[in-house]
Amino acid sequence: MIENIRLAFQGIWGHKLRSVLTMLGIIIGIAAIITIVSTIKGTNEQIKENLIGAGNNVVTVQLNQDGYPYDMSWQGIPQGVRVITEETRREIEDLRGVERASLYTHRSYAEMVYYQDTQFNGEVCGIDEHYLSVYGYQIRSGRGFTQKDYEDMRKVALVDPGAVKTLFGGEDPVGKSIELQGEVFTVVGVAALSEEFAPTIQNMNDYWLYADTSAGTVYIPGTVWPAAYQFDEPQNVAIKVTDTDAMASAGKDAAELLTASQIANTESTFDYRSQDMLEQAQQLQSMSQSTNVQLIWIASISLLVGGIGVMNIMLVSVTERTAEIGLKKAIGAKKRRIRLQFLTEAAVLTSLGGIIGVLSGVGLAQLISGMMQIPVAISAGAILIAVVFSMLIGVVFGLLPAMKAANLNPIDALRRE
Amino acid sequence: MAILELQNICKDYMQGKEPVRVLKNVSLSVEKGEYIAIMGPSGSGKTTLMNIIGCLDVPTSGSYVLDGADLQDLSDDALADIRNRHIGFVFQSFHLLPKMTALDNVALPLLYGGVPLKERKRRAAEALEAVGLSDRAEFYPNQLSGGQCQRVAIARAMVGKPDILLADEPTGALDTRAGSQIMEIFRGLNDSGMTILMITHEPSIAACADKTYHILDGELHTAGVPGRGGSEDEAE
Ligand SMILES: Nc1ncnc2c1ncn2[C@@H]1O[C@H](COP(=O)(O)OP(=O)(O)OP(=O)(O)O)[C@@H](O)[C@H]1O
Ligand SMILES: [Mg+2]
Repeated sequence: MIENIRLAFQGIWGHKLRSVLTMLGIIIGIAAIITIVSTIKGTNEQIKENLIGAGNNVVTVQLNQDGYPYDMSWQGIPQGVRVITEETRREIEDLRGVERASLYTHRSYAEMVYYQDTQFNGEVCGIDEHYLSVYGYQIRSGRGFTQKDYEDMRKVALVDPGAVKTLFGGEDPVGKSIELQGEVFTVVGVAALSEEFAPTIQNMNDYWLYADTSAGTVYIPGTVWPAAYQFDEPQNVAIKVTDTDAMASAGKDAAELLTASQIANTESTFDYRSQDMLEQAQQLQSMSQSTNVQLIWIASISLLVGGIGVMNIMLVSVTERTAEIGLKKAIGAKKRRIRLQFLTEAAVLTSLGGIIGVLSGVGLAQLISGMMQIPVAISAGAILIAVVFSMLIGVVFGLLPAMKAANLNPIDALRRE
Repeated sequence: MAILELQNICKDYMQGKEPVRVLKNVSLSVEKGEYIAIMGPSGSGKTTLMNIIGCLDVPTSGSYVLDGADLQDLSDDALADIRNRHIGFVFQSFHLLPKMTALDNVALPLLYGGVPLKERKRRAAEALEAVGLSDRAEFYPNQLSGGQCQRVAIARAMVGKPDILLADEPTGALDTRAGSQIMEIFRGLNDSGMTILMITHEPSIAACADKTYHILDGELHTAGVPGRGGSEDEAE
């Protein structure tokens, strides 16, 4: 077998130009597939990262009415929905895949927030002591909320960089006073996503996804919320899961638990639902995938054509080497051995084509990513499959020529000279 | 004991739709250690007979027993095995593989016989030495003269220690000097016990054998039959 492989290389080396031309179809096909697969994978990973925040792995469970998120900015206190207790929060933390759970109240559009004469049009959140760590927020300047802030219901606030920009015009907000629902709050710090969790904004789609937070957010202690807004307002839950794949199941489990424990009336139009970013990511991914699957089909046709080319050249090679085959059979080579020799040659030829194709594909993918700012992810699995597949092409399309060689009649083969 | 026994061998070839009988009731018995020459005009069926004896072809009718074994109805692979173990071929045009060295060419039948690599190399070197080409072991066929090529081919034919050496005009492509070198080697092989069947056009070459047969128009005639000495062949 090793001898066969050596002979095959010798044969390929002996006809360099012919071998390269023969391999061309395979090279182009494999290169195209590797390029496409690498860019699909890169794009998918980026979509996933963007949507779910690069591994911050947070799923939110919100109160819904008739299947739509319930917004207390417009719709007021929901009837028959209880406030979530610390005990229930602990129960959620005990669910499988849940690392930490945080309760928060929320206004997506806060009208009555001012700094001096500037009106704020971002979001306001009333948060508990788990919130910042669940979302991976860090205090950039000033301080965070302390135990005392919660216990004494101090009117303190944190702002995010968006709010620093829109509300304070970029000035340092620490120590400044803002007016919120007529109450005066003191800004004690700036909270921001830590670098590693910052989402990448690469295109309009991403921008649209993150644009709504760009007006910024003001955070106040959850215990102070009733003073500014309403009493007994049911909270939302932000859940940090142990890993990305647990998001969907943990979100569903928590939503079921909350629906069962918080909603008094089973006939209610209210329920809790998890906002599954992963699902959205997968939808986007499958969209980009379906277009690329078509491209892979086209590349496969190139492989088919390449395979037929290999078969053609192998048939020529069998005819050329009739005397060699005849002699070998005359001195005792069995059919199996002749067959194996030609199959090996075809397989080595196409495997070589596959390897060259993989290398050009990887190079091409890198080039595309450099030129068009598309991320690429080269997968070892795809490379392995490509090489094995090209070898299989050699075996399949080498079969007919190999059979032809093995069945040559030694006398006819020796007579020709 | 007869090493090979042909009885009423007939061979037909299709010439268009008509079958043409190329060998007609050929019967031949060869003893172990015999050295036989077969002569005959061109197209008389010498190569056809040789192919049948060499198990490269099968007769249309008649029986062929080689070393006590009837060769009827054997598969291609079984015949390949018999060729490998019992028969050494020497062809007029050498049929060496151009991309292999002399040594590798000689070792090839041993590869098909399942001999391990080291042993193959050793025995091939031995065979090359026997034909006086030890110093050309690493040469490629296109670096060798015709006579040297034929000696490599003989080394290849004898390396597996076959029972019978079949030579189809082994000196046909060589000059007299190279031809007589080949004949010396054949003589030596025959002296050491190998059975040799050789086809030739040249009476001087046939004279090296112990016994000469003639084929005329597909019929085999033993020595003493008119035409002995091959003068007709030369007249042709
Ligand atoms: N495959 C074949 N198909 C049809 N006819 C064939 C075939 N092989 C040989 N013949 C015919 O059989 C006859 C004998 O051929 P063969 O090769 O045995 O002659 P030969 O005695 O070896 O001649 P030469 O001395 O020229 O080599 C010829 O007439 C040839 O045309
Ligand atoms: Mg002939």
